Amino acid sequence: MSLVPTASQTVGPFFNFGLTADTKLGVLFRDGLEGERIALRFRVTDGDGKPTPGDSMIEIWQADSQGRYCDPGFCGFGRLETDQNGECTFQTIKPGRVADVTGNLQAPHVNVLVFARGLLKHLVTRVYFAGDPANAEDSVLALVPEDRRATLLARPVGDNIWLIEIRLQGDRETVFFDV
Amino acid sequence: MQPHITIPHSPSELTCPLYGHNPIGETDNDLTRHGEREPIGERIVVAGRVLDEDGRGLPNTLVEVWQANAAGRYRHSRDNHRAPVDPNFLGAGRAITDREGNYRFVTIRPGAYPWRNHDNAWRPAHIHFSLFGSAFISRLITQMYFPNDPLIPHDPVLHAIPDQDARDRLVSSFDLALTEPEWALGYRFDIVLRGRCATPFEAPR
Repeated sequence: MSLVPTASQTVGPFFNFGLTADTKLGVLFRDGLEGERIALRFRVTDGDGKPTPGDSMIEIWQADSQGRYCDPGFCGFGRLETDQNGECTFQTIKPGRVADVTGNLQAPHVNVLVFARGLLKHLVTRVYFAGDPANAEDSVLALVPEDRRATLLARPVGDNIWLIEIRLQGDRETVFFDV
Repeated sequence: MQPHITIPHSPSELTCPLYGHNPIGETDNDLTRHGEREPIGERIVVAGRVLDEDGRGLPNTLVEVWQANAAGRYRHSRDNHRAPVDPNFLGAGRAITDREGNYRFVTIRPGAYPWRNHDNAWRPAHIHFSLFGSAFISRLITQMYFPNDPLIPHDPVLHAIPDQDARDRLVSSFDLALTEPEWALGYRFDIVLRGRCATPFEAPR
């Protein structure tokens, strides 16, 4: 038996009270957790680089500092809505390296889903960390044309604060993945 | 938009949050019990199964819903439809599927509402659904509609899906077996998530 997956529909404008009212979902970090504490800030922008205010939702899914998903001590899931500046910030740790399909280690990355009123289906992307030497050997980054890889790199903007712009369209559109 | 880049599935794509240890409140799936009193409107049961592409029920999957009240008004600061807010209806709930993939909500049938997309634009009554499934690639947000709603043929949101069969699958069916005598009509809505489980990288559940 093979069933067809149910079709996606837009998250619409009024998801807040259903999905993002619990702002604790923005805090993955807790005391005693192993790893490098970071703040990961997203800024969702349109084709001109202008922030899209207040109607996007970002979900992240990441490994712990040892590259393990679903570790009992760390739930790597986060969810926030963007504010009037198109921004939201997760308190988390820098993920460790996870093996790819061939067993080679990927560079540290955070998996990202972008939901917005104007999107029939959510977008899938990843955040890598600028300057990490492991980026050079990452098999997913290698699939991305070199001139677009920078759209996937968060850059440091303060003490352990990393900023990634999610540009939804235009010349410097973020690389989105088909998974 | 630029074409999306296809990537192979590593544990990043094939794992997802586990909710077994995250407690769901006893009344989380009953949206009629989130206020001090019962909300106004037609009480209904919405239930169904969450399945994978092979037709197997997906256990322990989080199902979140949100919706307008009986008058077609969302409990959201930016909803300015001139219809009353119901102080006893918050409009959000969640449930975890059982071992066979079944979920069940009790709620109020949502009203249609105008949305200014075009002249005399009204959304058909619908309930928003959000599900996780067994992998990050199976994540789904969608909307459930009601059978025989006269607004369905006029709704550009539903018709953003080009395939008629796919649209039909978003319409629930009236189910006498789910209907409870002297209490509430029942609607069935089954959901199929993508992502097959047979992979060595699947997280232990």
